[in-house]
Amino acid sequence: MTNEALQNLINTWIPDPVTSELEFTEEESQFLNISVQPADLHQLMFQLKNNTDTNFDYLFCLSGVDWGKELGVVYHLESTTHRHIIVVKVKTEDRENPVFDSVCDIWKTAEFHEREVFDFFGIKFNNHPNLKRLFLTEDWDGFPLRKDYVDEINMIVK
Amino acid sequence: METSTVNNNFKSEEYFINMGPQHPATHGVLRLLLTIDGETIKKVEPDLGYIHRSIEKMCERDSYQQIVHLTDRMDYLSSNINNEAVCLAVENALQIEVPDRVKVIRTIIGELTRIASHNLWWGVMGMDVGALTTYFYAFRDREMINDIFEETCGARLTMNYNIPGGLMFDIHPNFVKRVKEFIAHFKTKLPEYDTLLTNNVIFQKRMRGVGMLSKEDAISYGASGPVGRGSGYSCDVRKLHPYSALDKVTFNEALRTEGDSFARYEVRIQEMWESMSIVEQLIDNIPEGDYKVETNAVIKLPKGEFYQKVETARGELGVYIISTGTKNPYRLKFRSPGFSNLSLLNHIAVGGKIGDLVASMATLDLVIPDIDR
Repeated sequence: MTNEALQNLINTWIPDPVTSELEFTEEESQFLNISVQPADLHQLMFQLKNNTDTNFDYLFCLSGVDWGKELGVVYHLESTTHRHIIVVKVKTEDRENPVFDSVCDIWKTAEFHEREVFDFFGIKFNNHPNLKRLFLTEDWDGFPLRKDYVDEINMIVK
Repeated sequence: METSTVNNNFKSEEYFINMGPQHPATHGVLRLLLTIDGETIKKVEPDLGYIHRSIEKMCERDSYQQIVHLTDRMDYLSSNINNEAVCLAVENALQIEVPDRVKVIRTIIGELTRIASHNLWWGVMGMDVGALTTYFYAFRDREMINDIFEETCGARLTMNYNIPGGLMFDIHPNFVKRVKEFIAHFKTKLPEYDTLLTNNVIFQKRMRGVGMLSKEDAISYGASGPVGRGSGYSCDVRKLHPYSALDKVTFNEALRTEGDSFARYEVRIQEMWESMSIVEQLIDNIPEGDYKVETNAVIKLPKGEFYQKVETARGELGVYIISTGTKNPYRLKFRSPGFSNLSLLNHIAVGGKIGDLVASMATLDLVIPDIDR
């Protein structure tokens, strides 16, 4: 499916465009990007996977990003049947307690990737079966990949 | 009848056992927390981070030329392909078209790297299931590839031969001759591998029907490379999103539908044949021309997001760059194949025995620095 067709199809899923705004952009990226509100994330992801026309069954990359003011997660999705790619972005300005819904129940690979994001960005995921640090030790202070992380002993950035 | 009553009443206890971080079968510092009931595995929980160097954070500090060097230290057995991934991402972002000579050399070196990596995997695979001889066979043949790399760029394992814009130096005058010698040699040796290990009845009994992974689960767990293709999931990035000179060659994607350990084993053996065929198609036709295009000393990527996929020996490596237009990436994420492949270990090991876990894990071909990054 072309990016335009994808965008038109996904737009028809939104019952009320005012409350649940989706932003589409192809600027500055080779893929079609969708920005979604945290509250609508799980429903949109479920649709993207289970709708036979989109069928995004392969979550190939899940990255945490610190945009300075906002924290967020970027999901790269591909369909193994239609071979189209889409990028879903979700952001929150709450840096103290950032929470999104987990997509573990949709793609099993998300369980490990979300633990990695929790470890390095401190983003929590609702309904995650085993949300704890993956690489760092339990008593590690702070979240190293955040831009405001203070690396006191200059372990990473010299 | 009496016996079954007794068995039903008997409550066995589950207990934990540590496998690793210094266990020989984990090939690196991976620790597995096993929950077992007798010899039966109930749960496998990997504990990672023993070799974590925070490469993604270091990338935010470094220039794009420096980042290439760090990628060697992820999956050190596919170091050339990792280098290529970052170089391709930077070149695509800058819209640099590298000369055909570069593309062909990159593909040849990439496929030789794949053979060397699968070769080492085959050696340790045999060792993990108790056949030490394979290890020496594999190292004998892999040595020839390492010698070629050493002559080309001075390094045997962490090559750093690719730079954004092309290659660091031109190939050595002996390169073509030595690659041909290797191919001729390896063609006589690869059938020996089958005689020694593949057709061994004991080996087959340990591999067939063990570590089952269905196609649906392979996709859901994000499996890629030979792990995905052993389950009938066609996921070869070289076919789906060809890069460098891979659109100029013909090869078959190694696919098996059984989804067991033996299927993953067979896929890698076939891939060595296919890689040899790719090298043969290109080695006599390396185009003349420059080995690099000049780039600015300070590379600044335009503002935006860039994603590049390549097929390493372990599967799909993704490089995701977010640039704000400066000389460093704002965020750089490596989607490493080993990380996703490890996440399905629990799924394929539960219900089996500890010995089967070792055999199944060997067919995932994990490289721990690739997982930890």
